[in-house]
Amino acid sequence: MTSPAIELKGISKAFGPVQANKDISISVMPGTIHGIIGENGAGKSTLMSILYGFYKADAGEVFISGQKTEIPDSQAAIAAGIGMVFQHFKLVENFTVLENIILGAEDGGLLKPSLAKARKTLLELEQEYDLKVDPDAIIEEIGVGMQQRVEILKALYRQANILILDEPTGVLTPAEADQLFRILGRLKEEGKTIILITHKLREIMDITDTVSVMRRGEMTATVKTSETSPEHLAELMVGRKVLLQVDKVPATPGDVVLDIQNLRVVDEQKVERVKGINLQVRAGEILGIAGVAGNGQSELLEVLGGYANATGTITLNGQPIDLSGKHSDGRSRRERGIAHVPEDRQREGLIMDFAAWENTAFGYHRDPRYQSGILMNNAAIRIDTQEKMDRFDVRPPHPHLAAKNFSGGNQQKIVLAREIERNPDLLLVGQPTRGVDIGAIEFIHQQIVALRDQGKAILLVSVELEEILSLADRVAVMFDGQIMGERQSKETDEKELGLLMAGVSS
Amino acid sequence: MDVMPKWAEVVLVPLISLILAAILSALVILAIGEDPVAAVNLMITGALGSTYGWGYTLYYATNFMFTGLAVAVAFHAGLFNIGGEGQAMLGGLGVALVLLFVDWPHWSIAIIAATLGAALFGAVWAAVPAYLQAKRGSHIVITTIMFNFIAAAVLNYMLVNQLRPKGAMDPATARFPEAVHLPSLHDLLAPFGIAFSKAAPANVSLIIALIACVLVWLLIWRTPLGLEIRSYGKSGRAAKYAGIGSVRITMIAMLISGGLAGMMAINNVMGEAERLVLNAVEGAGFIGIAVALMGRSHPFGVFLAAILFGFLYQGGAELALWTSIPRELIVVIQALVILFTGALDNMVRMPLERIFLALRSARSKDVKAAE
Repeated sequence: MTSPAIELKGISKAFGPVQANKDISISVMPGTIHGIIGENGAGKSTLMSILYGFYKADAGEVFISGQKTEIPDSQAAIAAGIGMVFQHFKLVENFTVLENIILGAEDGGLLKPSLAKARKTLLELEQEYDLKVDPDAIIEEIGVGMQQRVEILKALYRQANILILDEPTGVLTPAEADQLFRILGRLKEEGKTIILITHKLREIMDITDTVSVMRRGEMTATVKTSETSPEHLAELMVGRKVLLQVDKVPATPGDVVLDIQNLRVVDEQKVERVKGINLQVRAGEILGIAGVAGNGQSELLEVLGGYANATGTITLNGQPIDLSGKHSDGRSRRERGIAHVPEDRQREGLIMDFAAWENTAFGYHRDPRYQSGILMNNAAIRIDTQEKMDRFDVRPPHPHLAAKNFSGGNQQKIVLAREIERNPDLLLVGQPTRGVDIGAIEFIHQQIVALRDQGKAILLVSVELEEILSLADRVAVMFDGQIMGERQSKETDEKELGLLMAGVSS
Repeated sequence: MDVMPKWAEVVLVPLISLILAAILSALVILAIGEDPVAAVNLMITGALGSTYGWGYTLYYATNFMFTGLAVAVAFHAGLFNIGGEGQAMLGGLGVALVLLFVDWPHWSIAIIAATLGAALFGAVWAAVPAYLQAKRGSHIVITTIMFNFIAAAVLNYMLVNQLRPKGAMDPATARFPEAVHLPSLHDLLAPFGIAFSKAAPANVSLIIALIACVLVWLLIWRTPLGLEIRSYGKSGRAAKYAGIGSVRITMIAMLISGGLAGMMAINNVMGEAERLVLNAVEGAGFIGIAVALMGRSHPFGVFLAAILFGFLYQGGAELALWTSIPRELIVVIQALVILFTGALDNMVRMPLERIFLALRSARSKDVKAAE
C-alpha cells in the first residue's frame, strides 16, 4: 500500500485563548484532489499556514510521503515539495513571467544562465501540464487567470508535488475557473496531490475526490465527495440545516425608482471607470450587477452612495440627483431615501474601533431622534441599537462592544440593520455576504428579499454569480465599465452570464 | 473582547511606564554623581510641598492643559498639529491687543474678551495650514511647524516695531491696566479661609482650563460633530461613506485646536506676565504633544498628564536651583517620560496583555474544572 502524500496527525494551534486548530488529522493520498471547506474563521488558513511553515503548531506531526517532516519555515516547505498558491498572488507586477518564476530560485549570481535554464524548464512544464503562458509577458499586463497560472508554474518549477490552493476562484470568471479546474485535473493525472481550500460548495462537488469539513477549529468530517451532497456539507459546516436556495416569490415590479442615464465616472487617476451606462431599478425588484471585481461596479456604488463624482443623469422617483455639486455626498443621499450597505464593511460601513451603538448612529448621527439639544442622546441610540440587534439576531447582542469584536456576519448584520431599518426607497448593497458565514448568509438574503417585498428598489452588486442568480430578479452584467447585457435571472444561467462577464457580448 | 480590562488600559499601563521612566531617570542622576532619592525629595517638596510650589505646578499645568487639549482634538481627527507653539504665540498677541486697545471696566469682562481674542488669533493661525491640508494636501505636520517660525517672526516684528512703548528697551508691550489683572489662586481662595501663596502665578485661568477640559470632552464624545471628528480620524473612507466632508472636518478640528492653543495666553500673558513678552510660550506648545500622547487624547488624561508635567517643570526648576543637577537634565527626565508613555507604549502593553491573557485562560480552566 502506498503511503499518503501528506498526512497530519493531531495538529493543534492556539492564539491566546482562541483555539484555531484543535487536534486535526487528515491524510491525502497521492494523485488526488482533497478539498477543505469551512466558514471564515473555521481554521482553514491557520492549518495551511502551519503546513507552509508560517506558524508553528503547538502539537502534532506532519508526514510527507510517510516521512515525518519538520516545517519550520517556507523554505523547508518548498524543500519538502509543498507549493502554495495564495488567494492574493505574490508576484512582482512589473517583472516578466519568467523573472517571477525564478525569483528566489536563481542558480548563482548571474541571471542569464538561470533565465535560460528556467525558459527550457518552463516550456517542458507547459507542455507536460498544458499550462499556456507567455514567459516574456509582464505580469501587470496579463489577466488574473494567467497570473494564477504563473503562481502554479512557480510552485511546479520548485518541484512541488503537493499543491495547496487557497480560495483560488475568488478573482476568476466562471470560464477562468473552469480552465483552472481543467489544469488541476491534468496535474492530478500526472500524479500531483492537490489541496483545495474554499468556501464554495459547488467547487468541492465538481472537482475533489475527498473533502474535509472544518468548523470552529475542528475537523468535523472527512468524506468521499461522491458520497456526499452540498446540503450535507453545508450542514456539517454550520452545525445545523441550512437553506441554500433563497426562498422568494416572483417579483412584482412597480414604478421606476432609480433611473441612470449615460453615467460616466472618471477616477482620481483620470481613468474612465464607468463608460456611459443606462440602468433602471423598479420598486419591488432586485437588480443584480454581476461582473468580475474591478469592472466599474464599485465606482457605480460610490456614485450612487454619494462619495464619487460623475457625469450623466440619475433620477430617484423622478427627481434628479446631484452628481458633482454641493449635495453630492452621503448625507444628502440618505436624506433622499437611499440607504447603502457598502462593499467594504470594515473600512467603509463600520468604524471598527467604535462601539456597535456608535456604528448604528454612524451616517444617521444627525437624526433628530438621536439628539437631545445640541448633544447626542446616547441612551436613545443604545436602546435603538439593542432593538435592532435583537431583530437582526446580532450575536453577542451587546451594543457597547466594539465593531471589531463581532464576526464578519454579525458586523454585516449591524450595517444591514442600520440601513434597512431606515425604510429607504432604494437600497444599495455591495457584496452582502463577502466574508460572511453560511448561517448568516441565509438570514441576510431573507432580509433583502423582505425589503423587496415591501415594494422597495434594491441594487445588488456581487461578484458571486450564485448569489446574483438566486437573489436578483434581473441581472445586468458589467465589463470594463459598460453594461454587456441584461437578463431576467430565471431565463439565464451561469454559463451565459460568464461569457458576458468576460466581455463576450451576445 | 478586549484583552485588558479598562482600568489596566487607562491606569496600569501609564503607571508602569512612569515607574520605568523614573527608574531610568534615577540611574542618570546617579551617573552624574547625585543622590536620586534626595533629588526626588527635592522635586516633590519643591513642587507639591507648599502652596507656593503648588501655585507654580498648577500654573504650568494650566498652560499644558490648553496645549494638550489642542493637540488631542486634532489627534481625534487624525491630524498632528505640532503648531501649538505658534498658535499660542499668536493667542498672546490677541490677548495683548484686546487688553491694550480697549478700556475694560473689570477683569471678569476682560477675561471673556481676552479668551475670545486669544482663541480667534490661535484659530486663524491654525486655519492656514488646515486649509492647505484640506484643499491642497500639504502635510499639516510640515506646515504647522513652519508656521511656528513665522509666528515667532510676526511676534518679533509686532513687539519691536509696533507694540513696544516709546523709549522702552526690551521688546515687550506696556503692562496691561490694573483693572484687568486676573485674581490669583491666593485671591480666589482667601474668601474661603484657605491661605494660598501670594507669589505663585496660578490664577483664575486654571478654572477656564478645567471648563475647557469638560467642554472638549462633551464635544468629542457627546456631540454629532465629535462623532464626525472621531470617524474622520479613524477612517477617511468610512467618513466619506457617511457623508462627512474631509475639508469641513479638517478645518473645524484645526480651528478648535488652534483656538485652544491660543487660549493658553490668558494664563501666561494675561494672568502671569501681565504684558506680552517675546518668549512667553516657553515650549508649552510642544509639551502639549507629550501631554496629549500620555493622556491618550482624552480630556481627563490630558488633565492628569498636564499636572504631571507641571510637577516636572516646577520640580525641575527647584532641582536646578538647589543642586548641581543642570536644568538640561530636567529635559532628559521629561524626554524619558515622553519616551516611555508615548513611543515605548507597546513595550509595556504587550507583556501586560500576555499576563492578562494567561490569567484569563487560567481562570476559564478553573471554571471548567469546577464543572
